Formats: sequence, structure tokens, C-alpha cells
Amino acid sequence: MGKVMLEVKELKTKYVTRFKEDVFAVDGVSLKIEEGKSLGVAGESGCGKSTLALSLMGYYFAPLHYISGDIIIDGNNISGMKPDDVRRKILGTEIAYIPQAAMNALNPTQKIIRFVEDVIHVHDKGMSKKDIYDMAVERFRILGLPPEVLQKHAVELSGGMKQRTVIAISTILSPKVLIADEPSSALDVTSQKMVIKMMRELMEKGFIKSMIFITHELPLLYNVTDDIVVMYAGQIVEKGTAKEMVFDPVHPYSKGLMGSIIVPEEGTRDVQLEAIPGTPPNLKHPPDGCRFAARCKYAKPECKVYEVPEKDFEDGRMYRCIYDVDYLKEVYGRNG
Amino acid sequence: MAKELGKSVLKGENITKVFGYGKTRTEAVKQVNFDFHEGEVISIVGESGSGKTTIARMILGLIGITEGTLLFNGQPRDISNGRKKKEYWKNIQAVFQDPFSSFNIFNKIDDLLLDCINMTGGKHKSDKEKFDMMTEACSFVNLKYAELTNKYPFELSGGQMQRLMIARVFLLKPKILIADEPTSMVDACSRATILDMLLKLRDEINMTIIFITHDIGLAYYVSDSVYIMEHGKFVESGPAEDVIIHPQAAYTKRLISDVPKIYGEWDLSTV
Repeated sequence: MGKVMLEVKELKTKYVTRFKEDVFAVDGVSLKIEEGKSLGVAGESGCGKSTLALSLMGYYFAPLHYISGDIIIDGNNISGMKPDDVRRKILGTEIAYIPQAAMNALNPTQKIIRFVEDVIHVHDKGMSKKDIYDMAVERFRILGLPPEVLQKHAVELSGGMKQRTVIAISTILSPKVLIADEPSSALDVTSQKMVIKMMRELMEKGFIKSMIFITHELPLLYNVTDDIVVMYAGQIVEKGTAKEMVFDPVHPYSKGLMGSIIVPEEGTRDVQLEAIPGTPPNLKHPPDGCRFAARCKYAKPECKVYEVPEKDFEDGRMYRCIYDVDYLKEVYGRNG
Repeated sequence: MAKELGKSVLKGENITKVFGYGKTRTEAVKQVNFDFHEGEVISIVGESGSGKTTIARMILGLIGITEGTLLFNGQPRDISNGRKKKEYWKNIQAVFQDPFSSFNIFNKIDDLLLDCINMTGGKHKSDKEKFDMMTEACSFVNLKYAELTNKYPFELSGGQMQRLMIARVFLLKPKILIADEPTSMVDACSRATILDMLLKLRDEINMTIIFITHDIGLAYYVSDSVYIMEHGKFVESGPAEDVIIHPQAAYTKRLISDVPKIYGEWDLSTV
């Protein structure tokens, strides 16, 4: 067992809206990532994936607010730190974050090298421009990006290239955790593959020590990450290795998600797609009991009354459902 | 799914589209041939900029065809004046990528659905009949008409709007439906719902669906035949099973190898 890079305990955050109606978008999430491992977060739109990413950074700005819980990066608890301290001490060196449309974050009037200088100067004011340039060229070369990119403006680069450039810049200080929120969703398949290859290289060369990858595209998650958690309505409903989660899901919601996978591979054409009816609940007023009960095929009256705790089974797997694993598997077997 | 093909509804012969002239002349679509049949599901797959949306727009009659003929039901298509164009659009409809910009934001949803009924000759029906038709269309796409009435399109979520587009198609009952990236703005779950609805609709009114997409998995799942497009040309076409599982053209092979797999190995070394 490797060293724990990121540990999150019972993290709760909320969005404060007008009229005093709070939205509890992350509601009691616990995670653990070891050195050299990557974790995928899957779920529908609106189930709290992106809020989780923002919350993990510890960088809270209105309307997002921290309620309780711990975020421990390499033994260092960052929860409750002031946003300014987080920006100076944590972002870039401990945690790096790549949003979905990261490529639009580049100011079109600046050369790429200026962004690298900006990132480094927040943490180390004394470094000379020459040193920064050499360091950036070296890093870009290792990651397979042509170093000439550094002297270009953002408009001269293609979408995929911009995205890879942003990833290279944000990981230039070798952060311990990289949080990637849909880094390849806006790209075509070939650029997507290049981004994924680059992220794998970052992991292999040790430029980042661990990674959280958020996407709703399950085949991609399966190929990128070691473990997968499935989120629903601000909570984690199931956790397991990528293989277990894709081929042997336990929670009815994960089962539904995996049933919507489409891949261009032989024999997948005749499989009936399983769609989950309905939409995720409104998190202003989360339902009592199991949050998935209203959309669950197997729900019984008790489901809507009692809060379901996280249940561990086998090693390292967790799920949140009142039924036993054996019962669920039997039901799935019966339904094909 | 090898099934018998119906009669040809849309046939393109040497269709070419040129934008601009002189130095800026671009051939977006170059001499393509296609033949779409009744009740068939077709996918046109290609990367951004390959000209797939241009083909869709030419078929819809939104832009002119520079060269070549388009045969609709065996006759050359005639949309030379407004009335003929309207007549043509009764037979051919589209669902676009962005549900948010597909509706007139000043019209309530009731008006939108009423328009569809009026357009297909239901103008003289009683209010009760119209109401029943709208309710039926909404329930077909798992929406409740009672919840939609008196609302504006922007009050709905993306998935709901996309389903409302399908409800429109249900009322219009066109011969051909062009679905231009219908699922690229929704997540995998809603994607499954929307695809199932479109296929159910196909079975119901025996219409031809043309999917314009870059999602090869989707093309493989839904379509009877697939056309792969690169730089304005079809590089490969045929039944989905043949094209996607046993691709011949180098471009198709590359495209398919770039999609993440779950049963086989996904080779990252090829980029």
C-alpha cells in the first residue's frame, strides 16, 4: 500500500443562493487516493461531480461555501484555509485543476511562456526568466509538445494543442494531485486520445503523484483510471476498481449508468441500452432515505424512509443500498 | 440487422458544394453519391470540418447545391419557390445539436406544438382533438403536457428540450429526419433515452433517419448503414457491421482506433 496522497473525510459543501435556499451539492464525501493512483468520478449531469472538484481544491468563492469535513493532502490539512493562502500555497504545487474548457482560459494577447512565468512567480518570485524558459522547454519536450509553442499566442494553436498546453502549464510545478474536470469532452476523438496519452505520461514520469479524473464518458474512464467512484445527488453511491465497476456494478444506479455505454466493438450492437428514467433530485431539498429511490426499479417503501449508510464489501469496494450484494446480483442475473 | 431495404427516398448524384470564389474558394463537399431508403437509419460520420453538416443542410434545402442532382422519391427535388419549399419541409425535418437555440424563445410550448399540428393539415380540428394530439406527443417522449403548458422553452432543461424536439417530429410525421449531433450536448444517460425514442419513432412511422455524428459508438449502435466522411468525400460506406467492425479505409481504421474501448485493448501508442 502506497503513501496516501489525498484523503477526504466527510466533506460537505453548499451553494448559498438568494432567498436562503442552500444547495447541498457535495454531501458527505469520503475518498482516499494513494501515490501513483488515479481515481475516476462518474455520474450524470447535475449530480455534483464538478462541485466536488472545486471543493477538493479548498479554493472557495461565493456562492460555494465550505461546511465541514477534512481535505488532507500528503498529511497536510487544507480545509478551512483562507482563499488567498490556498492560492499562494496550495494551487499549483499541491493541487492543480483543469476545467472543461481550459483552452479558453488562455489570454489571446499573451505568449504562452508568459503564463508559465505567471504560474511560477506566484510561488517563487526569485526565479529568472531564462531559468523558467529552460525549465518549460524541457518539460514541453518530455510531454511531446513542440517547444516553439512557448513563443506563440493562443490563437495560433488548435483546440487539442491548446488543451494540452494548458495541462502542461498547470502541472509545471509537479503538483501532488491533479484534478481534471472533463478535460477532453470538447475535443474530437483524436485530440482526446492525445490528451489522455499526455496525462498517462504525466503519471508515469512522476510529474503528478495522483489524479482525479471527472467525466461522464465511462469507456474513457475505464481506460484512464485505476479506481472509479459513482456519484449521485452529492453522495458517492459506489466505489471499486475500474474493471469491477464497468463489468460488475452493484448499486442499481451504477448498473444503469453502465447500461448506457456505447462502444464500437463487435457484439455490442444487439445489447439493449438501459436508460434511467427521470432526472436527479433537486439538491435544495434532498429526498429522505435513499436519494436514488424515486428512480430505482427495485425500490421498496423502506427505501424512501431510512438513510442508507455506506457498506463495505470484499476489499476496498463500497456501495450504498439497503439490499445485500448477493440479492442485487441475483436480480440483475434474472433480468439479463 | 440485415433487413430488406424499402424504396429509395433520397438519392444524391455527384453532389458538390463550393463556398466562396477566387482565392477563398473551398470545396466543402466533393462529388458525393448516396442512396437512402425508406425506414433506414443512416449515419454520416466524420470529424469536425469534414463537411457532414454541409450535406445535411443541402438535403434540408437551407443552402443551395452547387452541382449535382438530389432525387426525392425518385423525382428531382424542386424547392424553387416558397410554397414548394414548404411542401418539401413537410416531408423532411431536423433535430439539431443545440436544443437551446432550436426554439423560438418568444413562443410558448403550446404554440410550438400547435404550429406542428396546423402545418400538417390539422388546422380545422377541434381544440379537444388538438389537445389530445399534443398530450399524446408529449407522453411519447415521457414528458407531461400538463407541466409544459404555458411555459417558455428556456424554462426546460437541455434533455427536456431535446425530447420536445422529438415530440415535434412525432406530430409532423416526416418521411425523413435529419438528426445533426442530437446527443452531443447531453450525458450518456439521456443519450440512451433519446436514441431509444428516435428508434421507436422510426418503427412507428417508418421514417428514414440520417444521423450526422462524430460518435462512432453511436453510429454503430443505431444505424443500418454508415458513411464515413473525410475532407468532403465519402471514404467508406456500407452496412454498419462491415464498416465499423471490419474497416477497409485507412482513415476509418484510424478513427475507430481513437475511440476508447472496453472489451478490447485501447492502443495509445498510435498518436
